[in-house]
Amino acid sequence: MILSVQDLTITRGGIPVLEGLNFALEPGRALVLRGPNGVGKTTLLRTVAGLQPPLEGRVDCPPETIAYAAHSDGLKAMLSVTENLRFWADVFGQKDISAAISAFDLEALADRMAGTLSAGQKRRLGLARLLVTGRPIWVLDEPTVSLDTASVQMFAEAVRAHLKGGGSALIATHIDLGLEEADVFDVGPFRAKPRAAQAGAFDEGFL
Amino acid sequence: MISLLIRDLKLAFRAGGGFGLGLAFFLIVTVLVPFGVGPNSVLLSKIAPGILWLGALLACLLSLDRILALDWEDGSLDLLATSPLPLEGVVTIKSLAHWLTTGLPLTLAAPLFGLLLSLPEGGYLWLVLSLMVGTPALSVIGTFGAALTVGIKRGGLLLSLLVLPLYVPTLIFGAELARRGAEGLATTTPLLMLAGITFGVIALLPFASALVLRVNLR
Repeated sequence: MILSVQDLTITRGGIPVLEGLNFALEPGRALVLRGPNGVGKTTLLRTVAGLQPPLEGRVDCPPETIAYAAHSDGLKAMLSVTENLRFWADVFGQKDISAAISAFDLEALADRMAGTLSAGQKRRLGLARLLVTGRPIWVLDEPTVSLDTASVQMFAEAVRAHLKGGGSALIATHIDLGLEEADVFDVGPFRAKPRAAQAGAFDEGFL
Repeated sequence: MISLLIRDLKLAFRAGGGFGLGLAFFLIVTVLVPFGVGPNSVLLSKIAPGILWLGALLACLLSLDRILALDWEDGSLDLLATSPLPLEGVVTIKSLAHWLTTGLPLTLAAPLFGLLLSLPEGGYLWLVLSLMVGTPALSVIGTFGAALTVGIKRGGLLLSLLVLPLYVPTLIFGAELARRGAEGLATTTPLLMLAGITFGVIALLPFASALVLRVNLR
């Protein structure tokens, strides 16, 4: 499944932040997004994931092939690690969660409430969720925040295995994951120029 | 779908989930009313159906902002929106889970609270029936309000202001049904109107809720 983006212009709060974006992501490859804070990496990922519509251009990829992971992990504090994963596996129609638990070394924590985990452990659980989605394209927003070096390695291994299996990944991150399959895409040069008021943007006044 | 329902029920029953809060609030309202209007049992039995309906409605309102706000805060709403579940289905399940943890317990506890307000003997069946038919509408309309205000910090008050006017038809016909039942009058018309409102909002509002949720998630 190829993810391709054509002449994409994206907006945050009604203001264009990035324009003229073109890239394609082939199966087995990863694309690492780079760029300073506030340039619009998160907005780009949300647009690709189908959570917000682009201002111009298009994203060619069925939304049901994308697994999106945001800054927050979507964990329920009062459910155990297993229950959290089991829930997402059921939602995505998957059966097996043991592979996800072992890939992120969560066996010892399986029965703990997610609310009692440390920040790094929560992040590992959030990333383990990707494995139970069974979807080919991962769209990840700063996946390594609060992970230690060993966990970053664990995550890089999981991404590598995913790419080997024919999947692909679009990752916004500032650190080097050491992935030989990854291309780096700097979004800095695509910053949108200030525009006159957009036609059809009148409803922003109500938001 | 089923797993989402089970998850929401689990979360409601575990500590901090807010289950029982509405019930306790309902009890306190019914206990406070005799203090306010005096212990005259003739007067109490006359106003009991209306008070019980009002209490149930306010108790329902109390937990509305938990329907979607908690999922929005921890990011699971974004993940649900990108999951295979249709958003219309998600909001329907959320309404159902809210009704099962709020509306249904209120309905089942209402006869007991009716006793505290010396509800006339023939009124119990009609009170339970009116709440059973009417409270699903409260949950569905409430979910719509919650979808409108999701993402607004401390939007609970705004949610109440938006939702309370929409509760008026259900309150009118629900309380009327309970009152007519208690006084032994004909009940067909208010029952049909109440059921019509409930079925109407169940059929239409999930689509509206999903639509505003999509806009709010942008």
